[in-house]
Amino acid sequence: MATEVTMPQMGADMTEGTLVKWLKAVGDQVDRGEVIAEIETDKATVELEAFESGVLKKLVVQEGETVPVGQVIALLGAADEQVDAEPERQPPAETPARRGHGDASASARQNAATTTAQREQAPPAAPETEQMHVNITPGQAGGSPDGMPGDEGRVRVSPVARRIAMDAGLDLSRLKGTGPDGRILRKDVEAAISGKLPVTEPQPAARPAAEPARATVPATGAQPLSRMRQAIARRMSQSKQTAPHYYLTLDIDMTAAMAFRGQLNASASEEQRVSVNDLIVKACALALERHPKFNAEFSDAGLTMHEEINIDIGIALDEGLIAPAILGCKGKTLGQIARESKDLVARAKSGALRAEEYSAGTFTITNLGAYGVETLIGIINPPQAAILGVGSVMPRPAAREGQVVVRDLMKVALSADHRVTDGAEGARFIKEIQGLLENPVSLAL
Amino acid sequence: MTELRMRDALREALREEMIRDSRIFLLGEDIGAYGGSYAVTKGLLEEFGEERVKDTPIAESGIVGVGIGAAMAGLRPMVELMTINFSFLALEQIVNSAAKLHYMSNGQIRVPLVIRMASGGGSPLAATHSHSLEGLYAHFPGLNVVCPSNAADAKGLLKRAFRDENTTIFIEHTAIYGVKGEVPDDPDFVVEFGKANILRAGSDVTIVGYSGSVHQALRAATLLEQDGIEAEVIDLRTLRPLDMGTVIASVKKTNRAVIVEDDWKFGGFGGELSAQIMEQAFDWLDAPVARVSGKDVPMPYNRNLEFAALPSEEDVVEAVLAMM
Repeated sequence: MATEVTMPQMGADMTEGTLVKWLKAVGDQVDRGEVIAEIETDKATVELEAFESGVLKKLVVQEGETVPVGQVIALLGAADEQVDAEPERQPPAETPARRGHGDASASARQNAATTTAQREQAPPAAPETEQMHVNITPGQAGGSPDGMPGDEGRVRVSPVARRIAMDAGLDLSRLKGTGPDGRILRKDVEAAISGKLPVTEPQPAARPAAEPARATVPATGAQPLSRMRQAIARRMSQSKQTAPHYYLTLDIDMTAAMAFRGQLNASASEEQRVSVNDLIVKACALALERHPKFNAEFSDAGLTMHEEINIDIGIALDEGLIAPAILGCKGKTLGQIARESKDLVARAKSGALRAEEYSAGTFTITNLGAYGVETLIGIINPPQAAILGVGSVMPRPAAREGQVVVRDLMKVALSADHRVTDGAEGARFIKEIQGLLENPVSLAL
Repeated sequence: MTELRMRDALREALREEMIRDSRIFLLGEDIGAYGGSYAVTKGLLEEFGEERVKDTPIAESGIVGVGIGAAMAGLRPMVELMTINFSFLALEQIVNSAAKLHYMSNGQIRVPLVIRMASGGGSPLAATHSHSLEGLYAHFPGLNVVCPSNAADAKGLLKRAFRDENTTIFIEHTAIYGVKGEVPDDPDFVVEFGKANILRAGSDVTIVGYSGSVHQALRAATLLEQDGIEAEVIDLRTLRPLDMGTVIASVKKTNRAVIVEDDWKFGGFGGELSAQIMEQAFDWLDAPVARVSGKDVPMPYNRNLEFAALPSEEDVVEAVLAMM
C-alpha cells in the first residue's frame, strides 16, 4: 500500500509551502527519519523527514512549486509496488463530497443515490493510501465563491461562529471557513482562537473609491509584502487583537552579572563564550520553572501548561525577524545554552532551522541591547503567554545606600497576557528574573 | 415488557383504559364487527359489547359531533375516523367545536374527546388518501396533537389521551402499524404529552422528526455514522404541546438542525420548528435550518413516483452533508 507524503504543517500559521529541492529521486530507498526534501515556508527553509520507510515511487510536486499544507507531494511504497494512480493534486478531503439540497426536483432521488455512491468512495484522494499527517483542509476559495455580484469581500460566517469570535475579539476577515461556500464555522473560530489554522493570508485592503486626494504625496505604489513580512503582520496583529497585554518594567543591576560573564569568558574559546542574552535565557528558564503560568497557552477551553521550556530568541534578519527556540531549556546548563544559541543564530541566518525550532517555543526573549536601545516593550508571540523585552546594559547612575553610584543597568519589560496572569504574578516573575541576574552564581548551577 | 406491533399496542391501550374507566366508549366506521380498517379495535366488540363499541354510518361530521356531545355530557368517547383524509369532512366539528367550546364557554364546558386517525403515504392510495396533516391540526390552539413513532409511545400516549380534559387528535402513521417494539405491561404506564424523546445522542447535527419520519431520521443517522458524523435524533412525540426545550438544547450542542416530515414543506409544521429554532437559537447555528419534506405535489399514485415524493433517509443524509 502506498503511503502519501504530504506538505507538512510546520508552525501554527503555515498554510502552504514551497518545495525547494528534492534530496531523493524516484526509486531511492528512504528510511524513516531520513531527509527527503527541503521545504520553504514563510519563515525558513526546513528539511522534510520521511515519517515511514519505503521506496520513493513518485514525486507529485516538482521543485519550485508552492502547494497548500496537506497536499500530497510524493508517494512511498514497497520496492515491487506499482503506483499507477495519478494522485489527486488536491488536499485530502476532510468531508465527503458536498451537494446542494435535493429540493423538489424530480431527479432528487437519483441525486441522493449519487451522493451515497460518492460517500462510499470517500475519501476521494487515492483510497488505497493512508495519511501521514493530520491535515487541515485549507477550505474553499474565499472572496466570491459562487460568483454572485455584490458578494465580493463578504465574509460568510455562521451565527454561532460570529458570536464566539466576537466574544474572543477575533478578526473574522482573516479566517478561512471550511463550511459550505467557505462559510466560517464554529470549529474554524475555535481552531483560530486556540492558535491553530485556518487563517488566510491577509488580503490587501481594497482602496475606497472616494479616497481623499492622497496623491499629493509622491509614492511609488504599494510594494508586495514578502512572505515573512506577511507572517509577521498576521501574527503580531493576531496577538494585539486577541491577547490583552499588560506591561511591567524594571531595572536590573547587571554589574555582578557582567563581572561573572567576564570571568567565564576570560579563558573560554570562541565557541564557549557566554553572551548577556545567554545569561537572560538561563535566568528566564529558572524563573519559568517556578512560575509555570508564564510558560502556558491560553484557549477558551482552558490553560495549557507546557511541560517543556522552549525559549524563543528574537533574531533580526535582513528580510525581517524570526524567533526560533532553544528547546528543552529546563535543566540545560549555561554552557549548553550558550553553544545552542550560537548555533541557532547561525542556522537562522542560513535558513537551516528545523520545524520544531520555530513552532515549539513556549516563551520569548527579544533583546535589542546590541542596538543601544534603552527599553523594548514586546508584543507577545502567540499563542504564548508572555515575552521579555530587553534593552542595553548601560552604565547609569543608581542610588545605593544613600549614594549615587554608577552601575551597569539593564531595563527589561515583561509583556504578559492578562487572560493568563495578573500584574502581581507578573511582578513576582520579573522580580525572580531580576534576583537571578543580580546574583549570577545561581545561573552557573 | 412484551414485544408488540404498534396496532396491538394501541389495542392494549384501548382495552386497559376501557377496563379502567367505564365512561370510555368507541365510535367509528367499521371498528366493531370488522375490527377496524387497520385492525386496531379487533376483538373489542366481543369483549366490551355493543354499548361500548359502536359501528357508525359513513358520516364523519356526525360521528365527531356525537363524540363532542358525549364528551360534553361527561363520557370519555373515542372516535376513529378510519383515516386522516376523511377528517376534512369533520373539520368544522373539530376546529369550531372540539377545540373552542372550553374557551367559548368561559371554561364551563370541557371536551375530553380522543379522535384517532390513520395518516401518511406509501400505501399507495393516491393523492386524496395519502395526506400527512399533523401540522394542520397543530395549527389550532385548543387541541392536543399526538403522533407516536413506535409501539411503546403509541400505547403510553393513547392512555395519556384518555386522561386529558381536552380533545386529542391522535394520528397513527399507516406505514408503522406493523413495526414491533417492546411495550411496558404496567396498566399505569403513560407517556406524558410535551416531552420529546432523544432516540439517539449525537454531537454534530440534530435531526428532528415525528411519526413515520422518525424512522427516516434514524436510518439517516446510521448512514451518517459511516461518514463520522454523529447525529442526534429527536422524536417530538406530540406537536401540541410542543417540547421546544429539548430541541433547542440539542441544537445549542450540535449547532445544526434538520427537520424531517412527510408533510409538504410549504406552510408545513417543519417551517414552524425552523422558525422557533431560529428565534431561540440563532446565535448557536452553524448553518441554516434544513427541512426534508414531501415534494410539493399531490401524492402520485404510481409507486415509484410516490416514493420519489416522500422524504427518504438519503435525502436526510444529503441535507446534513450540505451543511457540514
